[in-house]
Amino acid sequence: MPTPSPLDADAIATVVADAAAAFTGAADLTALKEARTAHLGDKSPLALANRAIGGLDKADKAAAGKIVGQARQSLNQAYADRAAVLEAERDARVLVDEAIDVTLPAQRHALGARHPLETLSERIADVFVAMGWEIAEGPEIEAEWFNFDALNFGQDHPARGMQDTFFVAGERDERSGLVLRTHTSPVQARSLLDRDLPFYLACPGKVFRTDALDATHTPVFHQVEGLAVDKGLTMAHLRGTLDHFAKAMFGSEARTRLRPSFFPFTEPSAEMDLWFPQKKGGPGWIEWGGCGMVNPNVLRSAGVDPSVYSGFAFGMGIERTLMLRNAIADMRDMVEGDVRFSTQFQAVS
Amino acid sequence: MPLVPVAWLGDHVTLPDGLTAEQLAADLVRVGLEEEAVHTGEVTGPVVVGRVLDVTPEPQKNGKTINWCHVDVGEDAPRGVVCGAHNFDAGDWVVVALPGAVLPGGFEIAARKTYGHVSDGMICSVRELGIGDDHTGILVLTRAGFDAADLTLGADALALLGLDEQVLEINVTPDRGYCFSMRGVAREYALSTGAPFTDRGLPTPAQREPVSGGFGVDLADEAPIDGVPGCDRFVAQVVRGVAADAVSPAWMRRRLVQAGMRPLGLAVDVTNYVMLDLGQPLHAYDLASVAEPIVVRRAAPGERLVTLDGQDRALDPEDLLICDSPVGRRGARAIGLAGVMGGKESGTADATVDLLVEAAHFDPVSIARTARRHRLSSEAAKRFERGVDTDLQRVAVAMVVDLLTTYGGGVADQAATDVCRPAVPEPVALDLSFPARLVGVPYTADQVRETLTAIGCQVGPGDEHVSVTVPTWRPDLTQPEDLVEEVARIRGYDQIPSVVPSAVPGSGLTRSQRVRRAVAGTLAADGLVEVLSYPFVGAEALDAMGLAGDDPRRHAVRLANPLSDTQPLMRTNLLATLLDTVRRNVARGNADVAVFELGLISRPRAGAPSAPVLVGGRRPDAATLATVRDAVPDQPRHVAAVLTGLRELSGWWGAGRATEATDAIEVALRVAAVVGASLEPVADAVAPWHPGRCAALRTRDGRVVGHAGELHPQVVAAFDLPARAAAFELDLDALTAAAGTEPVQARPVSSFPVAKEDLAFVVDASVPASRVEEVIREAAGELAEDVRLFDVYVGAQVPEGTRSLAFAVRLRAADRTLTADDTTAVRTQVVAAMAERFGARLRA
Repeated sequence: MPTPSPLDADAIATVVADAAAAFTGAADLTALKEARTAHLGDKSPLALANRAIGGLDKADKAAAGKIVGQARQSLNQAYADRAAVLEAERDARVLVDEAIDVTLPAQRHALGARHPLETLSERIADVFVAMGWEIAEGPEIEAEWFNFDALNFGQDHPARGMQDTFFVAGERDERSGLVLRTHTSPVQARSLLDRDLPFYLACPGKVFRTDALDATHTPVFHQVEGLAVDKGLTMAHLRGTLDHFAKAMFGSEARTRLRPSFFPFTEPSAEMDLWFPQKKGGPGWIEWGGCGMVNPNVLRSAGVDPSVYSGFAFGMGIERTLMLRNAIADMRDMVEGDVRFSTQFQAVS
Repeated sequence: MPLVPVAWLGDHVTLPDGLTAEQLAADLVRVGLEEEAVHTGEVTGPVVVGRVLDVTPEPQKNGKTINWCHVDVGEDAPRGVVCGAHNFDAGDWVVVALPGAVLPGGFEIAARKTYGHVSDGMICSVRELGIGDDHTGILVLTRAGFDAADLTLGADALALLGLDEQVLEINVTPDRGYCFSMRGVAREYALSTGAPFTDRGLPTPAQREPVSGGFGVDLADEAPIDGVPGCDRFVAQVVRGVAADAVSPAWMRRRLVQAGMRPLGLAVDVTNYVMLDLGQPLHAYDLASVAEPIVVRRAAPGERLVTLDGQDRALDPEDLLICDSPVGRRGARAIGLAGVMGGKESGTADATVDLLVEAAHFDPVSIARTARRHRLSSEAAKRFERGVDTDLQRVAVAMVVDLLTTYGGGVADQAATDVCRPAVPEPVALDLSFPARLVGVPYTADQVRETLTAIGCQVGPGDEHVSVTVPTWRPDLTQPEDLVEEVARIRGYDQIPSVVPSAVPGSGLTRSQRVRRAVAGTLAADGLVEVLSYPFVGAEALDAMGLAGDDPRRHAVRLANPLSDTQPLMRTNLLATLLDTVRRNVARGNADVAVFELGLISRPRAGAPSAPVLVGGRRPDAATLATVRDAVPDQPRHVAAVLTGLRELSGWWGAGRATEATDAIEVALRVAAVVGASLEPVADAVAPWHPGRCAALRTRDGRVVGHAGELHPQVVAAFDLPARAAAFELDLDALTAAAGTEPVQARPVSSFPVAKEDLAFVVDASVPASRVEEVIREAAGELAEDVRLFDVYVGAQVPEGTRSLAFAVRLRAADRTLTADDTTAVRTQVVAAMAERFGARLRA
């Protein structure tokens, strides 16, 4: 290509037009780089024209410089514009190329889980803590006195025989006076002895009865016990507490019903039924546990004056609640420790 | 639990027409008698009254003779029936089950070919109808108390026999023994519904008069239990000339069957019937075999008695006995376990004509103990141990006499016996406003008075404080609260409002409770699944764990009555039961298992006392209470985990990573971090761990609170686990105690740049890495932000018996950018300390 005259504005305009076309036509950054060398490089017509300015008359130099300078500026802009477009295309293509199959299995670590009975116990504890209650605990291997006598189960009371008790053997075959607690109620006696009055306590825990394991029985199960001792407590307060608890656990439709019953450690005593909105096969009443006003003999066993203080107590099974709520048909699933059971309970409930 | 035939209740209380068992159950549950079941007869379908037209005996080849009969059941033509029994004749009225009927046991009647005839139904026996145990053959209605004039051919025999009536089974709580009778249940029904009730258990004025001259009875309890005489009332009456072959009337047999008892013979049936009706257990002796006087006493050491059920029983000196006095030896021969079961010898036999009827009142505690001791839960014992009306004996005996003379033709002696020494129950002092205060319902004084009167109490005069005499059938009412329950339940628990009490302000979960939640949450987040294993173990599990004979973990609390004789012990560590849980998971096809458990373990304390036997109702003194507490073994809470198979799973990304000892140690240390205790692993060799891959986990003050590492290969094999399984167990209580309770004092976070130094030392192979790290940290001083072992090399490039440990040390100052001189100084200090402490040299 002959060197265009730096004074020939038309010739320079043609050079610029050719170069701009070359840049625009460059399909990728490599082609653009080549076009740049050809049209903006040392041997490009524009560079040659620029160099030719030196040989011009002094009077023409300024005009020629202006023509070439404007041309160069325009071409640089055209190049930059095209480069920006091509670089953006390249970057976008890299991201497309780096795409993966996001449906590949993502689990590199085994899934852990809490046991639903434990999380349910914690949820129950939270409801009571929210009412200002505290959570009490006691031993699972317990003195008979705490498990029975202090709770007004006399040695020969028929109710003592109703609970199928595991007895602890003495060191040399004599009686040990110990049992596996048959209910969480010994915590009542311990709390009455150890704590300052008044108090409001819930006690979730493990209890034991000599039932062989089958779909509906387990020798080891969980209860939650409630005990409030204060001045002026009535059965209305018992009922109010149970209603609040039922609603907190099962929603605003839940409510309770009391039926007369008998427990040695409460008088009056009641069975409590729960109106269970989520019951399988439609809402209905289910037996939930026992409750009543603390028998004055229980207060006396701990040296508390029943003419000053009254109290109410209740206890319910946690397994039953879980089974009803979570459609667990077989008790064995809860106790055998098969990890496939607990791993179903990942979500906050 | 008691069976209540609906119609029978009507003897005591006015029932609405068409009362169903379901409605009765609903009425009773409101006052505390819970429904257990509703039973209707087990016989269904066409069972009708028929009359035998002819009987043709036909001898068979097998030596039997069958009867080919024709029976008129009120249809156009008689039916042909084959019958194996012979106790009936042409002309007898019988019960015929027609094809389509179903008899007890699901026995379906169909026309079938047998002995060369088509037998088109069955002539029924008492036994086949489920209303008795009579082996002697076909039920002939005219011999069972029915009058032929009242019978209609083809009439429904189920209605005739009462087999179509509904029976409600109820659950009676132990405080209400009087509800083990129609009288008691009827009273409760009346209290629930307001229906008119007639108390048939109250003595007439004549029955309150003293009697004399009857059969000699001597109450001679020389060892009352807790000062309560074993027997405080004994009524006896002789009835002579009762027809030995008398049968009970059909209505009585029907009611007995409905209430779950078998009709046996008039004398026994009558005593059972009266017991079911009024609640007073009774006994009828063959007068000829009882030698006067009867003595009620405790058993002598070594004494034995064969009871009615044929059992030869060794008696306990606490057992109360009914005895007679053969050949003048006063009270020498036991003839019954008082209130529990009669003796075999003195029971009524088929030939009995003269009877001695007994109605007594026994101490509930004495009866309960005897029944429990001999595992004899008889109908009598069930009632006596719950408390029988102390004023019912004369009424019950009168009713027995009346029924015996009516249906057996006997005559009662004029003379009778009534030894009567019942303790008069203390009246209960009641503040009439107390029920309102305890229940939260504003009962008026009049309402309280009215309710207590309705249940049979006598309420003394007064507007506020009154004296309440409880009825003789309510020994459970001993304190004001008992009376409050009566008021609340009779007036309805549904009246009680719902009021949430304002609890005293609490302080939330305890630290130990929060620790547990955090630990469990951490383990679950780390991929472990929480399980709850039973705490029962046997020697087998402890052997499989490889525990030495003298391992303290073998010294366990032992159950006297375990569910399984192979697992009589309470676990002394969690792994003993957790390993078995893992075995189950692995056996079910899951080789990659990581489980954990939080739970109590127990260790008997040497020399711990037995827990004393104490009564309730009063606070034991401090020393006694301390003994009770001391007797209870320590039960610390532990946390344990077992990890098997792959710790990191394999997948499309490549192979997974197998579990190893350090995984268990890592998780255990993470637990400790959550608790706030710092634990140091030190080499140890303890079962069930691999002796070379076991770390004792030590607190700052040197106490070992647990172990972690790989399980011993023999343990892995014994529990059928995948190779290289790892585990840890920590005493969470000890760990929590070792943790500081002070709040964390935060260090400022420096924003100056970090300087990194890598240092590799050749150290004797026996030096634990943790010790090396400790020395480096110490030498690097306060500039050391982190010291981390990143490589361990053993091989040709280091001398034998040594290894190279390479540490990345991050240095940072709180107040300036570190210079080259700073880092060189640290490096020099560390190298010097390593040389001095371990003779270690910096690896080139």
